[in-house]
Amino acid sequence: MTYQPIRFYQTGTFTVGNRLLPDDQRSVQANMRRTNSLNSGHRACQGCGEALGARYAIDAAMEATNRQLVAANATGCLEVFSTPYPETSWQIPWIHSLFGNAAAVATGIAAAMRVKGRDDVRVVAQGGDGGTNDIGFGCLSGMFERNDDVLYICYDNEGYMNTGVQRSSATPPAARTNTTMPLGESAGNRFGQGKYLPAIAMAHDIPYVATATVAELHDLEAKVRRAMEFRGARYIHILVPCPLGWGHGSAETIKIARLAKETGLFPVLEAEGGKLTNVSKIKKKLPVEEYLRPQQRFAHLFRDPPRRDVIDRIQQMADRNILRYRLLEDVERRA
Amino acid sequence: MLKQTEGSAAVAEAVALCRPEVICAYPISPQTHIVEALGRMVTAGRLAPCEFINVESEFAAMSVAIGASAAGVRAYTATASQGLLFMAEAVYNAAGLGLPIVMTVANRAIGAPINIWNDHSDALSQRDCGWIQLFAEDNQEALDLHIQAFRLAEELSLPVMVCMDGYILTHAYEQVDLPTQEQVDAYLPPYEPRQVLDPASPISIGAMVGPEAFMEVRYLAHAKQKQALELMPSWTDEFKRIFGRESGGLTHTYRIEDADTVVVALGSVLGTIKDTIDGMREQGVRIGALGITCFRPWPTVAVRRALADAKRIVVLEKSLAVGLGGIVSNNVAASYAGSPDLVHTVIAGLGGRAITRASLHQMFGQAVEGRLEPVTFLDLDHAAVERVLAREREQRRSGPIAESILRDLGVVGARIG
Ligand SMILES: Cc1ncc(C[n+]2csc(CCOP(=O)(O)OP(=O)(O)O)c2C)c(N)n1
Ligand code: SF4
Ligand SMILES: [Mg+2]
Repeated sequence: MTYQPIRFYQTGTFTVGNRLLPDDQRSVQANMRRTNSLNSGHRACQGCGEALGARYAIDAAMEATNRQLVAANATGCLEVFSTPYPETSWQIPWIHSLFGNAAAVATGIAAAMRVKGRDDVRVVAQGGDGGTNDIGFGCLSGMFERNDDVLYICYDNEGYMNTGVQRSSATPPAARTNTTMPLGESAGNRFGQGKYLPAIAMAHDIPYVATATVAELHDLEAKVRRAMEFRGARYIHILVPCPLGWGHGSAETIKIARLAKETGLFPVLEAEGGKLTNVSKIKKKLPVEEYLRPQQRFAHLFRDPPRRDVIDRIQQMADRNILRYRLLEDVERRA
Repeated sequence: MLKQTEGSAAVAEAVALCRPEVICAYPISPQTHIVEALGRMVTAGRLAPCEFINVESEFAAMSVAIGASAAGVRAYTATASQGLLFMAEAVYNAAGLGLPIVMTVANRAIGAPINIWNDHSDALSQRDCGWIQLFAEDNQEALDLHIQAFRLAEELSLPVMVCMDGYILTHAYEQVDLPTQEQVDAYLPPYEPRQVLDPASPISIGAMVGPEAFMEVRYLAHAKQKQALELMPSWTDEFKRIFGRESGGLTHTYRIEDADTVVVALGSVLGTIKDTIDGMREQGVRIGALGITCFRPWPTVAVRRALADAKRIVVLEKSLAVGLGGIVSNNVAASYAGSPDLVHTVIAGLGGRAITRASLHQMFGQAVEGRLEPVTFLDLDHAAVERVLAREREQRRSGPIAESILRDLGVVGARIG
């Protein structure tokens, strides 16, 4: 990966601040000439991680493709809040067809561009975790398997938010949604086997797979840029907290996303050709409680008496990620 | 050029002559030979520049076609039966978006019980999806309709479904007149999309539309589809001039002048119907036929005119509106100025049950004598269904039914002859 995290000596943080950086290291978002691909006026909730993620990702993709970009969008919050007829927030050619077919529509667009000899035009498909993990999974896997020249971006807010917060296969165990209510003995969503899509994408051996969160803009932009250096099927999975569905303050979106990474619950990584090439290390391991506590969807775990058993199981998930993806290694060595 | 060839090969050839740019398909009998042939042509480079995409489902096939068409190229796919249902959501979507995709439907029954043979249940289940639906009577017409379909689709910016009877047409070897590339090029101008996904002028396609404009959008779909009723007949002269034969149009009539009894039908069964009519005409029976080529939009005026002097109408259809009777017959009754009691529904040929001249002759005879029931199931094994019904009256049991009927009939496979 070309991007190196920038450490500001004044604060020791990875903040997004740009003014101290040389031009070529500044983020696309910091550039006055950024495309604002997802422009103002859309109807996302305040603090919506998905709106933020989409703007970051698509602006970066526009930059990387010299503004030769077409997008296919699955049904979901992003689609609904961005195109209330007769208005649109999209400054790029954009099509919404159905909930479960964004990857296939993108394949069709890519095929059309090939036929027209427009190699310069690149295609992005995007959808929520429901449109990706669940209903659009068949089309996505088909697109991967054929290695169609499409970058698919999943905005993972861990549930069907557009329909009013129901469980998807990306909803974490114990989370409260409107179809996994913690009533009686139930502690919210059940513990299943999980369905970690980045690994499934990697199992297709596609040229490029990455995960990112809206907490790290530079990292996210670098990954979109890197994705655009490849031809063929590429997949970026972005964690995008949803203040409405997760029940956190709308000013907390970035913080929550960072906690997801720093607890080990959401590994931030990169893979090329099916092989892991890079993981973002956890700076200082935090207990999962720090991530769970600020979110109303986990509030039932912290009542009296708290559900230590459930919290422990979630901690085990984080620990397993840390081991599996070596999320701590460097930090341990440094210490 | 006259050529003895399989229906599927003839259609593949017609599609190829229309210079498709993206072809996507998922295999299902009896559509396979069409897409196999096209796949070979693309691989051999004959259609360049053209992409052939082997997708993982019919839902993906239609979705790829949607993407390709929205990006400004000519897109084609083909399916049948379960495949058409599997892509149904995208079928409606393509029409709603106004994308001029052309699709062949090799008509086949819908399960359960699973059945690969011909009837019209698949296409007719999608009758309100917004696609123009054309039905071919023979392989020559199937070939011609595909050429007309691309022109119609692109003229109106609406998708067109060309329906041809599975096996009966798709797998039948017949002589067809294959046009030349020059002829097709003269008839079908290049695709000039009115809206296209292009970074040079970004547009948003497929936005959400609320109650304030949805009715208007649907009305426009209706109004636009109805324009085909004028366009199709007006193109027949041009088609004849270029290709040297008559083809297309909304309906075909056969010996209806002075006919008291008119048989209405879609697709290849019209051939058997015409033969039967010829026989009855020789016996002095005043009977004729009306073939519906364009099922959607429904040619109300043409049907009304053709049936104006009929004293009774027999609608023979390979489809069933369960709980009602006929699908086609309902459309016919709505266009018939006379009493609806004079419109008889005959459900025939479901799941590939052969429709024989003998059965038609007998049933038309009953119609002429005024003895035909309002709804008739041609060649139904009444005894078998009565036995099942009687058993069920005695003992209430829920669950699958086909197996017990097969046990009753004493056959393991379905009876097709
Ligand atoms: C075939 C189909 N089933 C269900 C729906 C209803 N639906 C629309 S959006 C949506 C949820 C979207 O969830 P996700 O993909 O995670 O996106 P989010 O809204 O969370 O960003 C659902 C269930 C639909 N539009 N189409
Ligand atoms: S419900 Fe969640 S994902 Fe949807 S707009 Fe609101 S914050 Fe964004
Ligand atoms: Mg979601």
